[in-house]
Amino acid sequence: MKTKNGSRTEVQEKIGVYVCHCGSNIAGTVDVADVARWAAHLPGVVVSRDYKFMCSSPGQELIGKDIKELGLTRVVVASCSPHLHEATFRGACERAGLNPYLFEMANIREQDSWVTSDKAEATKKAKALVAAAVSRVAHQQPLEALLVPIDANVLVVGGGIAGIQAALEIADSGNHVYLVEREPSIGGHMAQFDKTFPTLDCSACILTPKMVSAGNHKNITLLTWSEVEKVEGYVGNFTVTIRKKARFVDEALCTGCGVCQEKCPKKVIDDVFEAGLGYRKAIYTPFPQAVPNYPVIDHDNCTYFQKGTCKACEKFCATGAIKFDQVDEILTVKVGNIILATGYDLFDARKVSNYGYARLPNVFTSLEMERLTNASGPTGGKIVLRDGVTQPKSVGIIHCVGSRDRNYNNYCSVICCMQSLKFAHLVHERTGATVYNFYIDIRTPFKAYDEFYQKVLEEGTLFVRGKVAEVTDAARLPSEEGRLIIQAEDTLAGKQRRIPVDMVILSSALEARADSKEVAQKFGISCSADQWFIEKHPKLDPVATMTDGVFIAGTCTGPKDIPASVAQGAAAAARVLSIIGQGQIQIEAATAIVNEETCVGCQQCIASCPYQAIVYREDKGKAYVNEALCKGCGTCVGSCLPKCISLKHFTDEQLVAEMIGAMHTMKEFELIPMEVAA
Amino acid sequence: MTTEPKIIGFLCNWCSYRGADGAGMARLKYPPNIKIIRVPCSGRVSPELVLRTFREGADGVMVLGCHIGDCHYSTGNHRTAKRMPLLKKLLEYTGIDSERLYINWVSAAEGEKFASVIRDFTEKISTLPPFRETMK
Repeated sequence: MKTKNGSRTEVQEKIGVYVCHCGSNIAGTVDVADVARWAAHLPGVVVSRDYKFMCSSPGQELIGKDIKELGLTRVVVASCSPHLHEATFRGACERAGLNPYLFEMANIREQDSWVTSDKAEATKKAKALVAAAVSRVAHQQPLEALLVPIDANVLVVGGGIAGIQAALEIADSGNHVYLVEREPSIGGHMAQFDKTFPTLDCSACILTPKMVSAGNHKNITLLTWSEVEKVEGYVGNFTVTIRKKARFVDEALCTGCGVCQEKCPKKVIDDVFEAGLGYRKAIYTPFPQAVPNYPVIDHDNCTYFQKGTCKACEKFCATGAIKFDQVDEILTVKVGNIILATGYDLFDARKVSNYGYARLPNVFTSLEMERLTNASGPTGGKIVLRDGVTQPKSVGIIHCVGSRDRNYNNYCSVICCMQSLKFAHLVHERTGATVYNFYIDIRTPFKAYDEFYQKVLEEGTLFVRGKVAEVTDAARLPSEEGRLIIQAEDTLAGKQRRIPVDMVILSSALEARADSKEVAQKFGISCSADQWFIEKHPKLDPVATMTDGVFIAGTCTGPKDIPASVAQGAAAAARVLSIIGQGQIQIEAATAIVNEETCVGCQQCIASCPYQAIVYREDKGKAYVNEALCKGCGTCVGSCLPKCISLKHFTDEQLVAEMIGAMHTMKEFELIPMEVAA
Repeated sequence: MTTEPKIIGFLCNWCSYRGADGAGMARLKYPPNIKIIRVPCSGRVSPELVLRTFREGADGVMVLGCHIGDCHYSTGNHRTAKRMPLLKKLLEYTGIDSERLYINWVSAAEGEKFASVIRDFTEKISTLPPFRETMK
């Protein structure tokens, strides 16, 4: 049969249409029964049903039963986004013996019932989308997905607690891991903390054994002071280029004795590990329990590199491990899967200028406070003011600095409430000072968190509910002289308060890494508006990404506490292991193909291909697509003037059929005389 | 004036289609005129496909892709960025108002931008006469 537009409608196909209610998500707005009745009259449709939940097991069985009993050759499901359930329904078709590429989805939830207010309009649009899918599916061709072997090696980027956990899980299973860390040691932010809430475990005590396990594991290649430069390939077959920055220390010779650090005459403010509160040498390991325990030379601060003389470290090194002529090493590794656990940056509290950080000396950030309370920190765990000696008699802790604030970040940073309560407890315990917490809401939702809050309340910490307007040293009363005054609205008492304190702690927001966008681009994944990495599905697939074989764990996906980061690290490892366990993986069958009969050998497609997947065969004078390299973007199709290259599953014929299907329905409603279309 | 403009949107699978999903998940309302066709990459949209869509009677065609630099296929949308402005010029040359073809970048996180882009474009196309009338 031919329509007036000359498009083919393959009436010989037996198409089944299934319209999903999705509870009331779709049925509440779209008259699903009407859509199903109407679709039954579309060309080729032999059965058209509506059902409460198509994705449920009875829903899927309905499709399977019809395929077997009615001999359906094509299936259309009108439900949610294909990103959610295309794989589900393809599976249902496949189980019933129908090639999964003979299935098509009409998105009548995300693109219709949820975005259209008017019910009649929504029903009309649903019909158009179903008609488009029916029109398209008739032209779809069965495809066989290519199977490629999985490289069992894994790359983990980021050596914080999430990355360490992921690396250990995979390594313990007997597969090899490359653990890449940008800093000289693994450990991440957790290594900087003193106590962890709510149990008040010593952070180092629970972290260092894991760090040592990762460092010693026979299946882990630890690449610290290294960064990933380039990622090529696809799931199962990535080639990763890693820059191992020059340490200027020969790891094979260094024993980690520490003499070099002792003898180095150059002191440098440590603004990474000690958050600017302490010093390190120009040759250093960030902290005594560093893994690996080899130091690095800070090129920009080393007297020898800057002035040409010194070499104290070299003179005193017993094993001759100092190598001033070491250069960056470029390594290429092959891995099958990648886990990103790149962590977070702390919000720059200087941005909230009214809180006075970096202007008023006794205003501290949460990370500085972690170092102050840490027994191995610059003050040996003594909580003192910036002068290094005076103990504070009163301390104000300000929550939500840079979080839940339209000027900075809208989101809640998750950990700040508990972290602030922890500081309140530690300050109280160690100094006996009066502690004020300035909060918007107290959020303590996880295991034993609220109990901790109750404990801190009982200890006598004072809570003022309201946003702090200002921290100032401008005294109005004699009792305020020489102190910091916190001006805040107490929303429970309904009045303004001025509370003089000796020390202010800012519970700063967790932010995505400053370079998270670049990292996302490098690994082919996406970032949210706040620059956090985006999950494949926020609820059901929280550690996968839209790029197969690239997983995410820990705070790189959004603020979270240590238990959640560890759980995600392990979850990402489990996902990777399940892929490795399959041995091989199906890659997208929708690849480009050249029509050798008509190809004129102009090579425009070769120029347009982002993957060098098309080669020119001199002997034949034709282009040729390497299916294993082709990722199915179809850019070549748009470039081929004589239309000799096509993309399977997205052929011109299929897309035009879909478009015409949608348009004809629109015309039908508008009653445009068909002859105009000719 | 077109009372019910017919609009076809070609959206890339990875950014813009997910942006549209995001608009749905956030329940952002926009006019129902647009019918979305999913393509792997905006680079897949050949000029012929756009022209064919106009020939079938669309009043407006949208091509939405990933932001430059964010393309799932690394540089697929670079082709779109070069190809579509050229096509707009050719449309003018053939007497088709080039404003009927709309190109923009919408990321997976930009549900709100997606909804507002659709609202604005639908409104714009509504002010133009129906495409078929202009072709008589």
